[in-house]
Amino acid sequence: MAELKSLRDTYGETIVELGKSNPNIIVLDADLSFSTRTHRFKEAFPNRFFNLGVAEADMMGTAAGLASCGKTVFASTFAVFATGRAWDQVRLGIVYSKLNVKIVASHSGIEVGEDGYSHQAIEDIALMRVLPAMRVIVPCCANQTRAVIRFVAKEKGPFYVRLIKHSLPILYPEDMEFKLGQATTLKQGKDITIGAIGSMVPRTLEAHKILKTKGISAKVIDFASVKPIDEEAIKQACDETRGFITCEDHTTAGGLGDAVAQVILAHHPIPHLRIGIQGIFGESGTSQDLYEKHGLTANHIAEKAEKLLKY
Amino acid sequence: MDDLKQIARETRKDIIQMIELAGSGHPGGSLSCVEIIVALYYKIMRHNPKNPKWPERDRFILSKGHAVPTLYSVLSRKGYFPREWLWKLRKAGNPLQGHPHLLSTPGIEASTGSLGQGLSIANGMALAGKLDNKDYRVYAIIGDGEIGEGAIWEASMSSKRYKLDNLCAILDHNGLQIDGSIQAIKDPYPLKPKWEAFGWEVLEVNGHSFNELLIAFSEAKKIKGKPTMIIANTVKGKGVSFMENDILWHGKAPSHEQAEQAINEIEHS
Ligand SMILES: Cc1ncc(C[n+]2csc(CCOP(=O)(O)OP(=O)(O)O)c2C)c(N)n1
Ligand SMILES: [Mg+2]
Repeated sequence: MAELKSLRDTYGETIVELGKSNPNIIVLDADLSFSTRTHRFKEAFPNRFFNLGVAEADMMGTAAGLASCGKTVFASTFAVFATGRAWDQVRLGIVYSKLNVKIVASHSGIEVGEDGYSHQAIEDIALMRVLPAMRVIVPCCANQTRAVIRFVAKEKGPFYVRLIKHSLPILYPEDMEFKLGQATTLKQGKDITIGAIGSMVPRTLEAHKILKTKGISAKVIDFASVKPIDEEAIKQACDETRGFITCEDHTTAGGLGDAVAQVILAHHPIPHLRIGIQGIFGESGTSQDLYEKHGLTANHIAEKAEKLLKY
Repeated sequence: MDDLKQIARETRKDIIQMIELAGSGHPGGSLSCVEIIVALYYKIMRHNPKNPKWPERDRFILSKGHAVPTLYSVLSRKGYFPREWLWKLRKAGNPLQGHPHLLSTPGIEASTGSLGQGLSIANGMALAGKLDNKDYRVYAIIGDGEIGEGAIWEASMSSKRYKLDNLCAILDHNGLQIDGSIQAIKDPYPLKPKWEAFGWEVLEVNGHSFNELLIAFSEAKKIKGKPTMIIANTVKGKGVSFMENDILWHGKAPSHEQAEQAINEIEHS
């Protein structure tokens, strides 16, 4: 197993690194700076860090104001509060004006575990995806996170970057470059395509191995750039393989599954199965127990892939 | 009063044990509101554990939902559900969610955990009481970091506008949120003049003194034409020396050794 590393640790390190060369970077948080790791930036640049307290809507409005005065703003809190509580501030204040605000949210998905549904953002991708001009990125390893944070810092306009609580295996080299709108094929395959994001990418790679022992060749694609999505990669996969599965720790309504489905439907209908949270609430439990319950494990993915091919 | 103090000790032990077994949770803010919740459920509120949906019952909203271990402990001791549930807090399939959920647990009146929502819910219940000519009262605990949420102040104006004298809110003033002191982060001071300016009757008490709490709750019942805010001055992590006044214990489970030490301290307090 590859080395595990925390995506949010890397986020904290990277904004400090960026802050050194770019005095224009401002970081905001809403009383969760130890969890999101923005406290690292606060320690390095106390004058360019503002903690708005338990006031996410206030934070997003403040981000809009700072950005309209030329600042590059990173705003962080848990994903559920960044997207849910402050949605209108994000929609109108930030995105409608295409302001330079990078919302980097941690603790997304049922991956959050024990805190339960109140803290599990399983609708955040949908909430951000529907906003015109908003770009949505879901990194799946620490090295990719670093590349993404560097990228959004220099690219103008609003971004939503979705991070998680627990660590994930390193999948990309340290010096990787992030390309917006480009998916990455991690495994070539000719029978079925499995597209995944975030915590589901390593699980999909496991599923690939399981399927191989059964003589099934699965193509594995990392869709870190959920919006814009890589339409060419999807069309190509449709031409090359007989079925498509998408995997996400998010409700299947409005997330990666729907983003891919829209392309498949418009281009070349092949059977498509969306693995994710199927229209039910989250709940308390360990990440592992919840992933088991919601069918977000390598075994489940492999099983579903096999079934889909028989379909 | 001795009885209540003993119940508070038992509640604190439950909190430590529940969070230790769960492996996660929020001891600091749970320990700071023990006396408030015990006083309400044992002496003040009209409620019936055998009939949790009794229409005439007083309502209790834990707006700072992360302190729910305290409420679960009291609800179980009052007989709303079996005590065994406590030891499976936050485990998959158990009715005791990490934050309060109306539909999972008997006795829970509102789903909270996203801060800033509880006071509006309490307003709604108080308005319904007035509409239905019922004399039940509504109680809501809010956190002193939580009042950074604008929604609390939106609600506070509605409470005043609609003269919700059947509403009594309690501010758990432990001085700390997650990232530091409330003064360093958002600085909501001065508290009393602020709530007064928003049209509330404001009482200030030692939130760990049953005597002062009980007096304030009965005072509040007599206030007519406006809502009452009880500012309860408390200590985050109260009762466990190494947790007291330390933000590190906002949201962290004790190890087995730490839990044993905590329980030992609580028993000898
Ligand atoms: C809307 C929202 N934002 C952030 C959080 C994360 N959070 C949980 S507790 C807390 C601090 C609360 O401080 P306070 O109200 O003072 O609670 P207490 O000290 O009583 O624990 C925060 C920011 C949350 N639960 N809800
Ligand atoms: Mg507090």
